[in-house]
Amino acid sequence: MAGKVKWVTDIEKSVLINNFEKREWVQVTENDDWNFYWMSIQTIRNVFSVDTGYRLSDDQMVNHFPNHYELTRKDLMIKNIKRYRKELEKEGSPLAEKDENGKYNYLDFVPVTFMLPSDYNLFVEEYRKNPSSTWIMKPCGKAQGKGIFLINKLSQIKKWSRDSRTSTFVAASSGKEAYVISLYIDNPLLIGGKKFDLRLYVLVTTYRPLKCYMYKLGFCRFCTVKYTPSTSELDNMFVHLTNVAIQKHGDDYNHVHGGKWTVSNFRLYLESTRGKEVTSRLFDQIHWIMVQSLKAVAVNASPSLTSSTANDRILKYNLINDTLNIVAPNGDVPDCRWNRSPPREALGNYQVLYDEELQAQSDHGERDLRTRSGQSLGSKGTKGSAGARPPAATWK
Amino acid sequence: MDDGSELSLSVAHIVRRLKGSHLHAQIERRAKECLHQPEIRLDSLREDVRRFLRTSGWERQLQNAVYRELQVQRPPSHPAAPLEHLKEPLAYMRKAQACWEKRVLKSLNSMSAELGVPLARMRPAAEQKELTSKWNEMGTDEPDLTSFRPVFAPKDFLEVLISLRNPNYDSSEDVGVRSHWGLIQVPLDVRDIPQLRRAYAELNLTTGQLGIDDHAHIHPVVVEQDSAAAQQYSRQGCSTGLRADLWALILNSNNQPQDAMHYEQLTAGVVQHDLLVDSLIYKDVKLTASNDDYYFVFEDFLYQVLLCFSRDTAVLEHFKYNSATPPRSFVQGKGEDEECAVVYPPNGVIPFHGFSMYVAPLCFLYNEPSKLYSVFREMYIRYFFRLHSISSSSSGVVSLCLQFERLLQTHLPQLFYHLRQIGAQPLRIAFKWMVRAFSGYLSTDQLLLLWDRILGYDSLEIVAVLAAAVFAFRAENLMEVTSLGSAEAVLADLSTLKVMPLIQIFLFATAI
Repeated sequence: MAGKVKWVTDIEKSVLINNFEKREWVQVTENDDWNFYWMSIQTIRNVFSVDTGYRLSDDQMVNHFPNHYELTRKDLMIKNIKRYRKELEKEGSPLAEKDENGKYNYLDFVPVTFMLPSDYNLFVEEYRKNPSSTWIMKPCGKAQGKGIFLINKLSQIKKWSRDSRTSTFVAASSGKEAYVISLYIDNPLLIGGKKFDLRLYVLVTTYRPLKCYMYKLGFCRFCTVKYTPSTSELDNMFVHLTNVAIQKHGDDYNHVHGGKWTVSNFRLYLESTRGKEVTSRLFDQIHWIMVQSLKAVAVNASPSLTSSTANDRILKYNLINDTLNIVAPNGDVPDCRWNRSPPREALGNYQVLYDEELQAQSDHGERDLRTRSGQSLGSKGTKGSAGARPPAATWK
Repeated sequence: MDDGSELSLSVAHIVRRLKGSHLHAQIERRAKECLHQPEIRLDSLREDVRRFLRTSGWERQLQNAVYRELQVQRPPSHPAAPLEHLKEPLAYMRKAQACWEKRVLKSLNSMSAELGVPLARMRPAAEQKELTSKWNEMGTDEPDLTSFRPVFAPKDFLEVLISLRNPNYDSSEDVGVRSHWGLIQVPLDVRDIPQLRRAYAELNLTTGQLGIDDHAHIHPVVVEQDSAAAQQYSRQGCSTGLRADLWALILNSNNQPQDAMHYEQLTAGVVQHDLLVDSLIYKDVKLTASNDDYYFVFEDFLYQVLLCFSRDTAVLEHFKYNSATPPRSFVQGKGEDEECAVVYPPNGVIPFHGFSMYVAPLCFLYNEPSKLYSVFREMYIRYFFRLHSISSSSSGVVSLCLQFERLLQTHLPQLFYHLRQIGAQPLRIAFKWMVRAFSGYLSTDQLLLLWDRILGYDSLEIVAVLAAAVFAFRAENLMEVTSLGSAEAVLADLSTLKVMPLIQIFLFATAI
């Protein structure tokens, strides 16, 4: 080992810094010869912008891929998924199979979505097919629930109607920020009458070959207010949006538990009320969506490192700890030649979501589905039950 | 009295219980209807009708109903036994319970007087309308509850139990090695480890425990709809996917339309009248379940269940075998005439601090309010009531406390002695766990595995065993502490415990 890892960060969060310090890594500044830089989004943007042409040297590692915005921006995400699906279709891949109504059998995991203002006319065409439906508008470049609203009348998005040939990266000066608009799903699963979402952490160490890990300790975030699909509540963001950032300001926000459940609580609840088979299938589908999205290069790059409760802080500390153990096992200085196959013991609370290299190796040997890396995922596999997952060819 | 007459007494009792019940009416109706069927012959009428009832599943339902009656209330063993013996055979226990009740009721009445809040009042129309519209989200209501105090907390109740004495028992002779070091000073018969090993044989270390394995298919027990078989199955733990159905089967809580109707009537009652105990319920939910990592999600369900529970006069049935007697209050303006006394609250159960935790875990199994209600009510009248009334029952809280202390003293004497010396009597720590049957202390999946056994063995004894097993598990750390506070700290967090291994090791691996 050549020496201690030199780290820099521009995010002053204890869950990060404590982890670096416990490994006795050395803090340096960004102008020094650093090995490990945990960057904020802004820094990533600056460092890797087309103009600077910055390249990492062999012993440097950062916490985001330069093209992370392919995953962060909602319009790019939808573009990537649509393009990915078309590519598979062109290849004649069985994954791109459609049913008699033209719906994808295995890749239907995004509701009908359009980019505004560029696809405005296409959107209107779709809207008119079902004028009583509700749609959700999300600004492309924002996170944490900012700027989101629901509409059920065309008039509510009038200002995106003109100039539909403007590119999606429209300048702020024109006053029309880029949005995506999706069909709103108004019959979500409710628990205790409340809507919730899932916050799951996925670590990608390389895209080619694709290696990704899912943190086993994800959580559900609950709305504090009872869900109602009634139109009068459309404006009540506390009902519809689950981001903690928004919920925190609601009257009922409880600071002790932050409205969260661990994924294992969620799983217990589902198994108890719906049965084991349905629950296993659900989780398989969730994992499937993750891998396919990554393949289409589409993941949100900015998890909040702000901890809202004591439990939350512990979770994030452990998450960063496990993350660092995977990307820098034994606390070694990064080396880009490393094959990125951490030993099993280093995984901590991560489980292998997908490992393309291992997948390719096992294909050359005996083809036994049970020993593939994907088997380590929580559930015991779907045991051939009918579901959205296709057989054998799945994980390729 | 010979076995024969005891049996016929039981039979007569059960027949009396089931006669006129909804099930009775249904079976009668079906039997009459089946007469039209061709395979029913006049010359073999009796056998044919019986066979029909068996194959159509009605016999099984009757069987389950009989089983339920046997479980819930043991039939009187002697025709001349007074009713109060059914509630509680020991006079001194009855007396202590009556005393305790008086205190609780007094506390409730003085709260009512102090705060100027009536025990019950009719809601004005506007308020009724508002409540109806908010029925599914009562959790968003923020009534001012600061002046309401819980009627009692478990530790108050513990003091009463500690002061229990059997006037016929002179314990002064019992000084020395064989004396009891614990707080409970009544000589009840509780089982020791050798006896527990026999009674809980299915928990043996060599027997597999479920809850871990997959059961992708529906277990035959569920298909057969057999309560007794389901209960037996539950002893080794229920698979998560089957638990909800199995518990409902064991409790014979089976989705009858009259249950849903009954529940609707109760909700109407909630809308019409406001009870003082409602505020106690609100406060309890806000203080306990709403702050719990697992149960906060179900806050609204808890109100829907508990407010209805308070108004359910069907619960009064259980006082036949409960040592407690429902509190009576007098309707204002009608004087103190006994005839004008009403039971308050209508179900006779005054909630205390932590009461909502009896309901909370069930929300993980049942997401439909009337089903959730049915199952909870049945759990309460079979088991939970015993955790906060003074009786000699082996599942009663007094026996559980004594059993806990005896197990600890017998098998971990060094630990018990040490804790006693530093002023940390083990029961003072374990009591709150037992009163709640560990709800809110264990992680939900573990709690459900524990309650599987309560149902499977039809007894709360396992709660006392677990309490002792927890102390055994943390014995090493506990030996190091030097104060009650540090002992509490060692035992503050039980959320990582795995109950079955702990219980199994304690019962079957302890050297005796």
